[in-house]
Amino acid sequence: MTTHMLTSTQTVGPFFWNALLREDAVHNVLTTSETRGERIRIEGRVLDGDGAPVSDALVEIWQANSFGRYQHPADARLLPLDPAFTGFGRSGTDNDGRYWFETIKPGSVPFDGERTQAPHIVYTVCSRGLLNHLLTRLYFADEPANEADPILRLVPAERRATLLAQRDMNAGAVVYRFDIVLQGAGETVFFNV
Amino acid sequence: MVTTIGTIIRGNRDVFPPYLYEAYRSTVKRAPGMPLVDVPLTLSEMTGPGPVISAVTPEDADLTTNAGTGGEAIGQRIIVTGRVLDERGAPVPKTLVEVWQANAAGRYIHRSDQWPGPLDPNFLGIGRCLTDEAGVYRFLTIRPGAYPWKNHPNAWRPAHIHFSLFGPSTVSRLITQMYFPDDPLHALDPIFNSVPTEEGRRRLIATYAHDVTQPEWALGWRWDIVLRGAQATPFEAQTQQEGAR
Repeated sequence: MTTHMLTSTQTVGPFFWNALLREDAVHNVLTTSETRGERIRIEGRVLDGDGAPVSDALVEIWQANSFGRYQHPADARLLPLDPAFTGFGRSGTDNDGRYWFETIKPGSVPFDGERTQAPHIVYTVCSRGLLNHLLTRLYFADEPANEADPILRLVPAERRATLLAQRDMNAGAVVYRFDIVLQGAGETVFFNV
Repeated sequence: MVTTIGTIIRGNRDVFPPYLYEAYRSTVKRAPGMPLVDVPLTLSEMTGPGPVISAVTPEDADLTTNAGTGGEAIGQRIIVTGRVLDERGAPVPKTLVEVWQANAAGRYIHRSDQWPGPLDPNFLGIGRCLTDEAGVYRFLTIRPGAYPWKNHPNAWRPAHIHFSLFGPSTVSRLITQMYFPDDPLHALDPIFNSVPTEEGRRRLIATYAHDVTQPEWALGWRWDIVLRGAQATPFEAQTQQEGAR
């Protein structure tokens, strides 16, 4: 088997907006009126080691649908696909470091033949000053399945809270708040996967 | 270049830059300081958004005219093409490639790029395409200029084109930059030099391709891209985790 050396990463830099966040490339709203599942809004900020907002970050999410199925050829399980939901989102951050998504709470997905994973959303974070993107996960703080989640259990207990989005209500809508702290106090757990 | 180089790296340490590379000043407050947590591949990482993103038009791949002004971008017209492969050498078909770059004078259309290089009204500096069944992407553009930045006194970025690719899975996602050969600015650029090995850096540099060059039209450059695959099965992921205990 020939193994080719992987292409290295370089920073996304400060000038990606016109390309990656053009009107038809930005994707804050993952839902339509047809999408199945519990509507949620995710709001958060990206912060640097001084607690200052990162106003030039790119945040992408990937998640299963409300039935716990990914719209992807590698997920061939006999669960419903939702034609009104792809599971992909892409947001920039504003001058206060804020990003947001309107989506649905994903279902559980399997870990292996026996165990399941608690509902979660995969995050990819890029910005100027990040030579390689960061990978993390949003979990739902009010979700009892977190206790047994095989990935959360690999995270040192004192750092798990950085992956838990807190449920809130705003004008009758469910909001989960999830900040991403790149460095320092409360630094978000990032994964090497 | 003497600099403080961090030890926190995601992925292969011979290939990928550390998060902290002090000579690139923006890393100092943005690099994570805590160790990354090693986790196995699960279905969440073996899947990814690549296959569901496919909305592009043929015009998107022609940066010399996609400003839509009816005029052509100023600069040396070039064709940039190559294959997107996984590490086994298999082509990655139908995956989105997004690019962005400075114009021929080294200027971006962006509110925070304010140096006195001229803007070109016929050049947006953005493009995208899907790879074909053989994993081949192709852009028509103009050769970007070098540009100054404020990282250190008299700092200039070598000419480059930014690339963003999805590939088939979460772990195949790649954001990088393509450079041109024989550029004296390479040796002075902390972003380029953050790649830890000479071979890794060499693979970020395109090769002049006379077979791609079109007579009396455009110079050809070839640059192949290798994305990580997601070959591990859930069973292997489980074994990996058990082994880590």
